[in-house]
Amino acid sequence: MAISAGVDMGTQRVKVVIMEDKQILSQTQNFLGFEPTKAAEQAFEEALQKAKLSREDIQHVTATGSGAGMVSFADSTVSMMGADARAGAYFFSSARTVIDVGAEEARAVRCDEKGVMLDFVVNARCAAGAGTFIEAMARALEVELEDMGSLSLKAERASPINASCVIFAESDVVSLIHREEPKTEIARAIFDAMAERVSSMVLRLGINPDIVLVGGVAKDVGFVASLKRRLGTEILIPEEPLFAGAVGAALIAARRAGRRQ
Amino acid sequence: MRVIQVITYYGYQDGSGEYYIVVDAEKCNSCGECVKACPQDALKMESMFIDLEDKLVAAVTEEHRKKLRYTCSPCKPESGDVPCVQVCDQEALTCIWNPNNRK
Amino acid sequence: MGNTEEKTEYWRWLEYHSVMPGRNWKNAEIITAGVDVGSVGSKAVIMADGEVYSWSVMRTGSNSSDSAKKALGWAMEDTGLTLEDFNYIVGTGYGRVNVPMANRAITEIACHAKGANYIWGPTVRTVLDVGGQDVKAIRCDETGKVVSFLMNDKCAAGTGRGMEVIADLLKIPIEDVGKVSLSVTEEPNPVSSTCVVFAKTEAVGLLRKGWSKEKVLAAYMRAMAIRMSELIEKVGCERDFVITGGQSKNIGIVHRVENILGVKRLPTPNLEQTGLDPIAAGAIGAALYAKALHEKSSKR
Repeated sequence: MAISAGVDMGTQRVKVVIMEDKQILSQTQNFLGFEPTKAAEQAFEEALQKAKLSREDIQHVTATGSGAGMVSFADSTVSMMGADARAGAYFFSSARTVIDVGAEEARAVRCDEKGVMLDFVVNARCAAGAGTFIEAMARALEVELEDMGSLSLKAERASPINASCVIFAESDVVSLIHREEPKTEIARAIFDAMAERVSSMVLRLGINPDIVLVGGVAKDVGFVASLKRRLGTEILIPEEPLFAGAVGAALIAARRAGRRQ
Repeated sequence: MRVIQVITYYGYQDGSGEYYIVVDAEKCNSCGECVKACPQDALKMESMFIDLEDKLVAAVTEEHRKKLRYTCSPCKPESGDVPCVQVCDQEALTCIWNPNNRK
Repeated sequence: MGNTEEKTEYWRWLEYHSVMPGRNWKNAEIITAGVDVGSVGSKAVIMADGEVYSWSVMRTGSNSSDSAKKALGWAMEDTGLTLEDFNYIVGTGYGRVNVPMANRAITEIACHAKGANYIWGPTVRTVLDVGGQDVKAIRCDETGKVVSFLMNDKCAAGTGRGMEVIADLLKIPIEDVGKVSLSVTEEPNPVSSTCVVFAKTEAVGLLRKGWSKEKVLAAYMRAMAIRMSELIEKVGCERDFVITGGQSKNIGIVHRVENILGVKRLPTPNLEQTGLDPIAAGAIGAALYAKALHEKSSKR
């Protein structure tokens, strides 16, 4: 019956989830801006208000994400891989592989039926492997970020583009646009390149269905289509993939709260 | 006569780590076994200009050089020898695999 | 496209061409050319009997064979040379580059090492070549033959493009970034990310914190220099050490790389007096190989 909170401190946004008895009571997100610690506290306050709770009601707060250490009010932390695994199993009991593509990092995690992490692969510190790539390309194409996905679905082929680095891809896009290359095909090339990277991370772990996709990029229809094509399997996506990390952390927090009694 | 090695590092280093397949052109006898052994078709025999002559030497294909991490990952380089390295009886190939440590 | 026009001013590297005074190609037995089409810059060098006669350095356009023709054409300008006068032309450069008038292509590493050997002499053992979209670490022997080679063209960190990004952000002309970065009183820590995209975000944050442009530039440049040094250390840095390519003129990078490696590079020869441009090292090497190949085929 523990009431717990999970805080996922990413590189762009902080996500907070409050849970009781494995039910989500509330969830909020906030952009980090230039004062990430404050942003986290604000998000937490907002989540409490939404759930009509006060701080004292929360028995345990677990933080995750690259900025977990900046969450001043956390009682404990957990690795992103651990949080992802737990969230995957929570959303889909058949989940055995969880893919999390965030703003600056991408991970593939293999887990068991209880949501315990068994193995993982991380691609960090390179913008070409994560959501930043899509954002940068949207800017270069002068297209809204949320339109990139549907744009790519209209393409029949993918443009030849140097997708190994966001900076090189930007240069390519400038000259491709000059040569009147269709934006649809450029967008498709970006998603295909990302899907290839992500799927080879999964291959390293071995394809273990069911495969769950979480993280901010999971809502992008273009990326999902490219990934499905590349993996050749179905992909399960929860309704709110952005909050997966926070959900996983909240579940782990509940467990830890129980232990401390 | 001094034996000159022509050693080529195929791959890259980026924020996430460094990943190379290293080929010693002097040791390579152009047998092509490594090309067959690679499950990703990432190797080929390439003409290398050495001493005004062209010698056929193993090389990573251009397509794979810039994504070597993803190409080699399924062979699990961190846990031991990869097929291309193992199959070469001239010891002409080496694999460098150093992802940044992550918590 | 007004914004793109503005941006270009901060991106443009100098373009130039020159003919060595006092040299006459008509007296030469063997006339060769080397054309190096890079992803950002195209260079052509014409040699008369293995000595630099004229050369050109310009920005590569969208079509590599057009760029090759333009670069060579520019090097030929005002010389009276026509294509028929060449005994042998070697093309080189980025990927499967197409130099239509070349007799053959040779890989850029071989050409770079040869060119470095020609520019600085037989003591050169380690070459750091920083191009527009790649960084190369080359070990060579006393004849300019490649002993060991590593190229990183996957990642913009340390490349000319990476430098353009910070120059654009800080609105500093690209040819001044080196000088400006050295005007700091104390060298700051490098930005924590070598990924240009993340490093740029960090730079924005530092500016907000009140850091001066020079300090931000220094922090960014130090990170890029660290990346270049790591690549050199992979092949091993043996004296004498030289730097070629566009960044050879960036004293901010040069100073920091020397500092990290603990080795000073050989100074750049005076361009006007010698006609030896480190940016054109690849084209020089190509022109030299052209001469050697012509001599070899003439012996038959």
